[in-house]
Amino acid sequence: MHFFEDIAVGQQRELGSFTFTADNIKAFARQFDPQPFHLDEEAGRNSLFGGLAASGWHVGSVCMKMLVAKGKEEAAAMLAAGGTPAVWGPSPGFRELRWLKPVLAGDTITFRSIVESVRTSEKRPEWGIVQARNLGVNQRGEPVYSMLATAFVPRRAKAG
Amino acid sequence: MTLTFEDFKPGHFGTFGPRHVTREEILAFAAEFDPQPMHLDEEAAKHSMLRGLSGSGWHLGSLMMRMLFDGFIQRTASLGSPGVDELRWLSPLRPGDDLMLDVEVKEARVSRSRPSTGIVTFGMRMRNGSGQVLLEATSPIMVKRRETTEG
Repeated sequence: MHFFEDIAVGQQRELGSFTFTADNIKAFARQFDPQPFHLDEEAGRNSLFGGLAASGWHVGSVCMKMLVAKGKEEAAAMLAAGGTPAVWGPSPGFRELRWLKPVLAGDTITFRSIVESVRTSEKRPEWGIVQARNLGVNQRGEPVYSMLATAFVPRRAKAG
Repeated sequence: MTLTFEDFKPGHFGTFGPRHVTREEILAFAAEFDPQPMHLDEEAAKHSMLRGLSGSGWHLGSLMMRMLFDGFIQRTASLGSPGVDELRWLSPLRPGDDLMLDVEVKEARVSRSRPSTGIVTFGMRMRNGSGQVLLEATSPIMVKRRETTEG
């Protein structure tokens, strides 16, 4: 993971792809969102979704999973190159989350994250605040998921 | 009886819970979806900004969905949600928390593109047992209008 000083508006990270299956859709739905169109193929076909659809919270949680995996991969690469990876702080929240199209069983979603704004924190001078647009696109190139996330990112310690 | 668009009027709608959250659940969700040290490792968590083991914010959001379902969505003619306008994580989810969910109807209007459907915008607040607010969110849900509901 990068330090605040190394992050610029417009930077794009490719987070990789995840395939939603009937099994993982139903497993998530049973725990957190047992609406019929997330649990049953027939109910899904008869809904606005047109098929067994993943819970929106499942899609958001998978995007988080992809972000964390990418962060670990970046940290390992930085360590291997003799650098020091940054440890990002928690997120205060997000805005403008849109489930643009249903994610159906069998869909493969490719996620990416694009930096939209960077600023320093007045209350916490050792932290910067980064806003990034996280996007998910299905195998037909259709955007299915979009949200504007906020995260605390550590600033490089000042020399001396 | 199934709740339809007409049953949602601006104002306080209901308070739901408690939902007890165990350490095992927090660790299981984090292992699958958010394997950061602050959600998985007591020792690392102590040194994080959140000072102690905390649940993933996505776990808390997903638990909110379940509490909405148990509270009223399961008996509502819901057609799903287009998104979440805003969500703020205000305090960490901790092992052993007993979550309460306050739901308010912020706005209820008929869909312009689909007149058989209403759009109800909800304000949600999740609290722990000591009343500390953990999460606030605003999200619309599409709900069928009564005239078009069969049965």
